[in-house]
Amino acid sequence: MRLSPDEMIFLRDGLFKLNATIVYTWGLMLALTVGSTLVTRNLSLGPTRSRWQNLLEIIVTGIVKQIEDVGLRDPKKYLGFLGTLFLFVASANLCAIIPGYEPPTGSLSTTAALALCVLVAVPLFGIEEQGLGEYLKTYTEPTIIMLPFNIISELSRTLALAVRLFGNMMSGTMILAILLTITPFIFPIMMSALGLLTGMVQAYIFTILAAVYIAAVTRGRDPRGEADTKIDV
Amino acid sequence: MDNATLIAIASIFTAGLTIALGSIGPALGEGRAVATALSSLAQQPDAAATITRTLFVGLAMIESIAIYCFVVSMILIFANPFWTHFVAEAAGK
Repeated sequence: MRLSPDEMIFLRDGLFKLNATIVYTWGLMLALTVGSTLVTRNLSLGPTRSRWQNLLEIIVTGIVKQIEDVGLRDPKKYLGFLGTLFLFVASANLCAIIPGYEPPTGSLSTTAALALCVLVAVPLFGIEEQGLGEYLKTYTEPTIIMLPFNIISELSRTLALAVRLFGNMMSGTMILAILLTITPFIFPIMMSALGLLTGMVQAYIFTILAAVYIAAVTRGRDPRGEADTKIDV
Repeated sequence: MDNATLIAIASIFTAGLTIALGSIGPALGEGRAVATALSSLAQQPDAAATITRTLFVGLAMIESIAIYCFVVSMILIFANPFWTHFVAEAAGK
């Protein structure tokens, strides 16, 4: 039994291996890029809009609203990063209804790459917002004793992000494969519907957690930010 | 009983134990989280959006503990490093 789409190899040339993860990732990237380019080629500001523009507007405004709800004051600034994460993970998970397709998020390489993006992006956003000194100071809060623990938590939450997405997607395909051998009628359909739901929830969770991490470093000790937190809690 | 049998027994037994014990805690935790969220929803239906969002994020974080156990048990069964090492050694002999 295959544990991840990494092991499904289409082409091999020496050290270079073209596995299913790479193929499907690039396919998705192509589909997303070409699709959004085609839709945004002629946008209209008037009351009549094409249905595709409506679809994209719903998605984009939905993401902006969710980012804002988490507590980021300037959601448009983070839309590029967080929106890309959400769209990629969501489309990777949703395309699982296409026969023969395996979600590239079911491979630890993909999810680790995505989690590393978050690991790098969070300090960058923090430094941009507060300055290097202020950002580094957040590591020593509340006391200097907490410094190693803060660094460990930074790393462990990256690991958690990667393993969570990988585990959820991998377990989905795994359970489906096991069920197909036991009860190959109707029941796998229900489980794959559940898998689609899990995929969407995981895409949402991934994005929201990244947004929460960014919010935690950009909020800083801004008094207005503190007030926001209190209302949220 | 040779080494291969021992490794196989230990791996399979531990995989079962991992997923069995590892799903008890998250199950209890998720039950508590959902129960509390439902009673808060009943008390404050206005805050439904916030409660639901926090519930989903929280559930995913609790659930990920069970998922870690699942990943570990899958590694034990399908990608066991000790087993691979032993098989490679046996093949080399």
